[in-house]
Amino acid sequence: MRARVYVTRKQAVLDPQGKAIEHSLHALGFAEAQDVRLGKFIEFALEGSDTDRARQRVDEMCRALLANGVIEDYRFEIE
Amino acid sequence: MRWGVVTFPGSNDDHDTVHAIGAVLGEPVVPLWHEDRDLHGVDVVVLPGGFSYGDYLRPGAMARFSPIIESVATFAERGGFVWGICNGFQVLCEAGLLPGALIRNRDLRFICRMARIRVEETDTAFTCRYARSALLSLPVKHGDGCYVADHETLEQLEHNRQVVFRYVDPSGAASDRGNPNGSLANIAGICNAERNVLGMMPHPEHAVEALCGGDDALEMFKSVSQAIRQGLPHRQSLAISDR
Repeated sequence: MRARVYVTRKQAVLDPQGKAIEHSLHALGFAEAQDVRLGKFIEFALEGSDTDRARQRVDEMCRALLANGVIEDYRFEIE
Repeated sequence: MRWGVVTFPGSNDDHDTVHAIGAVLGEPVVPLWHEDRDLHGVDVVVLPGGFSYGDYLRPGAMARFSPIIESVATFAERGGFVWGICNGFQVLCEAGLLPGALIRNRDLRFICRMARIRVEETDTAFTCRYARSALLSLPVKHGDGCYVADHETLEQLEHNRQVVFRYVDPSGAASDRGNPNGSLANIAGICNAERNVLGMMPHPEHAVEALCGGDDALEMFKSVSQAIRQGLPHRQSLAISDR
């Protein structure tokens, strides 16, 4: 199995990098791009075949290390 | 009394901190290694500046799982003084010993310059020798120094008088102009509710000798010594809390 974790800045928290990217997109003529947020993508292999168990474990990984709950949200896929 | 300074892989202000304590302040200081669990009987632990673990994932995110942090957390829980400077502040937030988080500077640039800060609270072991509202010049050098916290946490910090330092402009006002990194409420340093754990982004260890640009922070080191010598109750609950 593989896990794909997406970590994004919470809506309420400033995202100066997302803001800078948005400005650049606008400068390049992509005015339709709005509310740009920069996040992290983390991918890894998982041993075992029990997807429910994997889901629970990856959730624990996100809480313990991969995301900081004070400033970040996360979601993940397992396949 | 004895000071301890922790070295993580990637710390780079550990030696300057040891110099400030040992050579300038003239007190015993022991280096502590991130893999150690033994704090060697120190009275205060300093987590220095730098880029522990290359700031991978988030600044401080890896260092918080170092064996020594477990010991530091227990030490803090028992009332021991813990002082996190720059990366040390980030580690303390990641470890949950201080609330909030430090994110990329508002202007996305690494800042390396002198900053003016105001001493907001003097009833901490780290600031007891200063006058309230004293203005200090300390260097800042960080890429991720923008302090953030949710509304409720900020209210609690203000209510408990946990904001120990604020960035100010030359007139001494906590204005946007005086805020180098976009920190919430111009916060440059906070303590925990028990007032024995302090985290700050500016670098006191680089401001202890006039020869090197100023000694405004020497009194911080002296404050800690004085607090320990006088047995300042570590958990002197001057903090007002309704929780």
